[in-house]
Amino acid sequence: MLDYMRSNRREVIAGVVLVALLSAYLGTHPRGASTYVMTIWANQCLILGLAACAQFFAVVVRGIDLSVGAVMALTNCVASYVLEGSAVGMAFGMVAVVAAGALCGLLNGLIIVYGRIQPIVVTLATASIFVGIALLLRPTPGGAVNYDLADAMTLDVLGIPTALVITAVAIFGFWLPFRRTGLGLGLYALGSSEQAAFQSGINTRFIRLAAFTLAGVFGGLAGLFYSFVTTTGDAGISAGFTLNSIAAVVLGGVLLRGGVGSLIGALAGAFILKTIASLMFFSGIPSLAQPLFEGLILAAAIAIGGADVLRARNKLEVYA
Amino acid sequence: MLRSISIDSLMPYFGVVLLVFAGSAFFPQILSADYLTQQLQIAAFLGLLATGATIVILLGHIDLSVPWVLTGSAILSTSLVGTGNPTLTFLAVPAALAFGALIGVINGIGVAILRIPSMVWTLAVNSMLLGLAVLNTGGFNPKGESSPLMNAMASGDLLGLPISFLIWIAISVGLAAFLTRTPFGRYLRSIGFNEKATFLSGVSTPSVVFAAFAIAGMCSALGGVMLAGYANQAYQSMGDPFLLPTIAAVVIGGTSILGGRGGLFGTIGGALFITLLTSILSVMQIDDAWRNIIFGVIILVMLLFQTLRKGAVA
Repeated sequence: MLDYMRSNRREVIAGVVLVALLSAYLGTHPRGASTYVMTIWANQCLILGLAACAQFFAVVVRGIDLSVGAVMALTNCVASYVLEGSAVGMAFGMVAVVAAGALCGLLNGLIIVYGRIQPIVVTLATASIFVGIALLLRPTPGGAVNYDLADAMTLDVLGIPTALVITAVAIFGFWLPFRRTGLGLGLYALGSSEQAAFQSGINTRFIRLAAFTLAGVFGGLAGLFYSFVTTTGDAGISAGFTLNSIAAVVLGGVLLRGGVGSLIGALAGAFILKTIASLMFFSGIPSLAQPLFEGLILAAAIAIGGADVLRARNKLEVYA
Repeated sequence: MLRSISIDSLMPYFGVVLLVFAGSAFFPQILSADYLTQQLQIAAFLGLLATGATIVILLGHIDLSVPWVLTGSAILSTSLVGTGNPTLTFLAVPAALAFGALIGVINGIGVAILRIPSMVWTLAVNSMLLGLAVLNTGGFNPKGESSPLMNAMASGDLLGLPISFLIWIAISVGLAAFLTRTPFGRYLRSIGFNEKATFLSGVSTPSVVFAAFAIAGMCSALGGVMLAGYANQAYQSMGDPFLLPTIAAVVIGGTSILGGRGGLFGTIGGALFITLLTSILSVMQIDDAWRNIIFGVIILVMLLFQTLRKGAVA
């Protein structure tokens, strides 16, 4: 146990912070730790959580994805067309939404790998394209999502919020097995040192392509879940999510220089960020001062969590 | 200035010429002097922001605090003018510039001393500034107005050219000389290439980082002051639509997002190109959706062109 904590120090710190914040939130909330309160909290957290997962896959290979929000907007608009009607149709619809996200990610990956352009610039440009397509689909917010399906995804299972069940599935059903596969290890190898990864015979092009496609898949999942929560399609949602997803992965201990961190950390970071915002709401701080406090807490959290200078043993290490 | 001219940095200028001719085939009024000088005037706002961003990107960092430095300095300057006190009115522009420099120093503390990645630290600074602005103005559009000086800076003419354009070019030329002829400029680029090596060769790297972020902050602040002069007021989140076009302008101008390579000459072309592209797309009355798509595709094509050309040489 102690060994595990030592080798996953970043995730453990993020987890402890999250538990502390959550207990503070449930303590100050007038209705306490009821299923209702937890469900609303978990839904908000999971939207950003999935966006942070998308960002994680780009960041772990030393990239960055500025199109996360745009992919969410696009898939949200797709979802507002296809999630209505027969059960089979809706099942295909959900697959189509995630596939649309994957396609966006694949496009990013192809341009980055074969066009040899920096990810930050490519995704900046493709984000504009994705938002454009989203606007073509939904010039004004509208459309609908089947309420039964939306309820099933956003309420609770036996008192446990469905969003938390989905989070658990993402961690235990996907991430823990995935990180042991060749692709999972390849992501870390590529992020740590592209040259070393290439020289040990890893197909770096394929890994990078896969990483950005996975980012697209999770962006699609985030857009899908967002549609379940809001039950409409809106092309204008992209702005906040991209930047928040970057803040979330950093809070969760994922290093922007690549190769360090995990999906669990990214999820924890997103949950921390959303819990801070919820905590503000019930904290009694005047509402006009809340954005300032949110910013201050974000800056403090990033300064403490991201400041490698505190851990450096000599002055040269900080320039690594 | 001349030394920073490369084929990459000439690209956006070709783009501008192409846009003007292609556009004038559909809309002859694009070739009129009125239209073109108006574009120069508007390009100056984006151009000033991109000038600051170029300095930071050459360093190998990025400044995401541009939107609220811009908005903050606009709010600060218009509310100083709004008091009606002549001394405070006179101080509006210097105060806004000092505000920009201060935020730049705060950015520098996080990046150079605490070693936090600039991408998240400047983002956090941006959200703190947003919080301050909301607290100060109550979330409404701030009261106040712009001074005659600010109006002249944004909308005045001198010898047939917009003053905003002249200010932008003067600052660009000054900074370009500073970058190419002083040790600071060399250190800036060498940090962009390899910070460790620069530090080991005895350069005080933190002070270079501080100076670069302070210059960028002042450029954003000046952009904000002039934009407030243009609109005759400040308004909430007036800076948000500028963040991504600013980065795009720098990159199209041939400056490497990884730092070290590039210069201000290309950035001027990049800002002109993006302003003209946006303007022509709205003159053509294409709806928002296609405007976004075309904008993204053209930026991608320009970037692909740059790398493909390099591939052919190598």
